[in-house]
Amino acid sequence: MTMMVDAFDYLFDGANWSGSQGIGVFLVQQLLLTVTALGIAVILGLPLALWAGHTGKGGFLAINLSNVGRAVPVFAVLLVLALSDPIGSEQFGPYGRAGLATLIALVLFALPPIITNAYVGIREVDQDIVEASRGMGMSGVGMFRQIELPLAMPVIVAGVRLALVQVWATATIAALVAGPGLGRIITRGFANERTSEVVAGAILVALGALLLEGLAVLVERRLDPLRVARQ
Amino acid sequence: MTLLPGSAPRAAETPQCYIDNSWWCPPYWSDRQELLTDALVQHIWITIASVALGLVLAFPLALLARRFDRLETLVVGGTTIIYTIPSLALFSLLLPATGLSANTVIIGLALYSLTILVRSLLVGLRGVSDDVRESAVGNGYGMSRLLFTIELPLALPVIMAGLRVATVSTVALVTVGSIVSYGGLGNLLLQAVGNQFKAQILAASVLCVLLAIVLDLLLVVVQRMVTPWTRTGASV
Repeated sequence: MTMMVDAFDYLFDGANWSGSQGIGVFLVQQLLLTVTALGIAVILGLPLALWAGHTGKGGFLAINLSNVGRAVPVFAVLLVLALSDPIGSEQFGPYGRAGLATLIALVLFALPPIITNAYVGIREVDQDIVEASRGMGMSGVGMFRQIELPLAMPVIVAGVRLALVQVWATATIAALVAGPGLGRIITRGFANERTSEVVAGAILVALGALLLEGLAVLVERRLDPLRVARQ
Repeated sequence: MTLLPGSAPRAAETPQCYIDNSWWCPPYWSDRQELLTDALVQHIWITIASVALGLVLAFPLALLARRFDRLETLVVGGTTIIYTIPSLALFSLLLPATGLSANTVIIGLALYSLTILVRSLLVGLRGVSDDVRESAVGNGYGMSRLLFTIELPLALPVIMAGLRVATVSTVALVTVGSIVSYGGLGNLLLQAVGNQFKAQILAASVLCVLLAIVLDLLLVVVQRMVTPWTRTGASV
């Protein structure tokens, strides 16, 4: 239990938050990485997956992408990217050391849940409703915007939420390749054999994940048109 | 990249791929066969121990959740919350209790697998039709006999699907265990962070993905063997 007390002492000591190797810098890096990577993944993956769901094309790929994503270790991908020539592990703007490699890895790991959920969400819209809307003379675009998209919204947003948590977790692992993010506090603690620092870093990362998840659930409820309509 | 791998063999003729530090280096696979095998073996037993522990914990939890509705929210919600915590943080949080041992990794990964296993157990058991259950009870089946000879076998396809997902993600997550030196192939990756030994990174990564595929296929075979009725197309 003293370990927990020491860890909180570490967290409540303002001095540990400032400086170029302080908690503040790593926290900003991790948030920046998470937001950027999730944004890129949504822009890249969502339109593609929605289109695939609407037309029913590319289903095999969309569904199996998540299975492949699960089997590939984040650590290995980060390491390969950081040592590949054009990417490397140089400082990358505000994203820190090995920022580009981390960003690419984060996008790669955010894509599968976004794509799979969006595709499945659209596909699983009750076909009777889709048929009825077609019978009423709706165009393909109108059907997609007014029928498929609203009905699939909960599943699509759940995918983005899953991706968000995944991105936060992956950004933590970047520390294993001396990359940016809060994981650095953990690896630094290990290197200096300061368990209180390790635990303090772990508490921050875990709290951040839970907080993001909680926020995402709130947004998710707001975006579910059926739930909003009921209220 | 002119950096030489720190521990290149001092043979009379060093293979060119060591000197160039290339990704693809066949001599590495034979030179370090023992190192790779040891890491792979550790990776396999940590994976199996984690999923087995997860299954042992998930079984009673799922039964309790099925029996008491209020517990279900708690169990499903609780395991989901654990799943949210990044692996590096979870291992580090376990560290004060378990120390630098394989237990840290095994317990952490077992906790992750709980999320998937508890859900698939619940969904699988729920999927058993009430008609089947009633006829068994009518035939004089007791609670435990009903569970083990009727419900579990019928739920097996769903449970096995969950087991496959849990196993594949566990294989990938074991690599993060390298932070406490029990990461199987991940140990080789962490080692390579320092000396940038590309051949080692590629070998460890490839083996890791292959292991996930092999274990997944193995579970498919096991599933087909233990659920012969799903193959014949006959309705249950």
